[in-house]
Amino acid sequence: MFNIGTSDHIMSQTTPLQTLKGHVGRVWSVAWSPTGTMLSSCGEDKNIRLWGKESFGTKFTAKAILSDCHQRTIRETAWSPCGNFIASASFDATTAIWDKRSGQFECNATLEGHENEVKSVTWSKSGQFLATCSRDKSVWVWEVGEEDEYECGAVINAHIQDVKKVRFHPHDNILASASYDDTVKLFKEDLSEADWVNFATLKSHTSTVWSLAFDRTGTRLATCSDDQTVKIWKEYRPGNSSGIPTPDGDAVWKCVCTLSGHHGRTIYDISWCHSTDLIATGCGDDAIRIFKESTNHSSGDEVSFDLVHTVHGAHAQDLNCVAWNPMVPGMLASCSDDGEIKLWQFKLDTL
Amino acid sequence: MFLAIIMFNMIINKTKKMFEDNNNSGSLSKLSISEAPSPGDPKYEETKQELKETIYDCIKTIKDPEKPATLEDLKVVYEDGVQIEHFKPSDVSLVRIEFNPTVPHCSLATLIGLCIRVKLQRNLMEKIKLSIFIKKGAHDTEAEINKQINDKERVAAAMEVPSLSQLVEQCISEDEI
Repeated sequence: MFNIGTSDHIMSQTTPLQTLKGHVGRVWSVAWSPTGTMLSSCGEDKNIRLWGKESFGTKFTAKAILSDCHQRTIRETAWSPCGNFIASASFDATTAIWDKRSGQFECNATLEGHENEVKSVTWSKSGQFLATCSRDKSVWVWEVGEEDEYECGAVINAHIQDVKKVRFHPHDNILASASYDDTVKLFKEDLSEADWVNFATLKSHTSTVWSLAFDRTGTRLATCSDDQTVKIWKEYRPGNSSGIPTPDGDAVWKCVCTLSGHHGRTIYDISWCHSTDLIATGCGDDAIRIFKESTNHSSGDEVSFDLVHTVHGAHAQDLNCVAWNPMVPGMLASCSDDGEIKLWQFKLDTL
Repeated sequence: MFLAIIMFNMIINKTKKMFEDNNNSGSLSKLSISEAPSPGDPKYEETKQELKETIYDCIKTIKDPEKPATLEDLKVVYEDGVQIEHFKPSDVSLVRIEFNPTVPHCSLATLIGLCIRVKLQRNLMEKIKLSIFIKKGAHDTEAEINKQINDKERVAAAMEVPSLSQLVEQCISEDEI
């Protein structure tokens, strides 16, 4: 069963590898472990499921169910860069930390503070920080201390509506957030004030920004929205060759590409692969779409991306999350309102 | 030996029959697919109308959160407010529902939107993608409410708040007023 699509001179192919069943009700999110060998998933049934392989080449199977820690929907899970911890964000207003150092994952800390639903959680590359966001409009940055201590380092009230997603920069201590207020904001640590400050606000989407993803260099950001578009933003540092002014010595982010006309409904998630540079989106029209940067059209600051593949009916209902495997190029995980998780292998051949 | 041959024949025949049955059911299902009406076909319009009526029948009996009346009684919902925008028989159809809150500052407009969404989600067998909107100009904070009731994350979270979900359950329960 193959799904073959062509666009200009690019031939692509998406092979469904596996369907992982077990969750009851909507699956909100999937996340790969840093080595790409384990997948965590969560959703409406308040359980986290862990999936892994017995040995190389075999299929993914259910490994563990982490339960009894959250009272409501678990919206998202995130693996620490060392792979020893999983953080889970829940509609019950808490974030739980699961620790594997004893051999299996156990909930050893619960971070409280948000007034209502925690919607997203992310670890910094260094593992030093954890960030969460909520319908209460705030973004919290937690400092990860020794001996399982998590101290709230900053409460940032920069957005004027719910904050839907937080993601750390792939290298630096820079945090990005996407909101129901239609904007994306970037924050950095202000060492003199020992606080986190909002240094850039990315305005261009005309409705809720549901998700965002940095590219491997961290100099570009892809965002997806209820306005059915994807936008690519580029960083301009002080002294950039394009002559873009950078007031206050902070980097400036500008929208350099808008992908419209491809998606039929809200785009709930976006993933930018750090090995193949491909962008995948998960949409409310049940499709997965794959975009690749065009090599011939990009000139100067403008960039363009081609839709190289669409998997129509990837799931029976809305897709909520897509995630490229960090180690296996072209392997993508997706999950949906239909209660299923699917694994795909995407192949791209330039003719 | 003879018995073995008979049995072998029996098995062959049985297998043949199974194949035929399979083929028959195969062509039957193909037939039903080719029978799925397409636009322009009177049957298409009829099925589309049926979906519209099923949806309307489902939402018209929702009780008003405050008054002892249904949304239909109060003309908050009406048949013309249900639009099948992109009808695909035996596939996902796009449905748009418009409703008219009784007063322009009605504080319960969000709750009514929530009731419509949850009741359809639970009761409708057909696969649809639903968008709900307040009748244009009928509410002071129309855009805000529209955004909220079409954000599935907000809806899902709201339904996990006991006080709110209890209200919704009361409004969408099918017992008499």
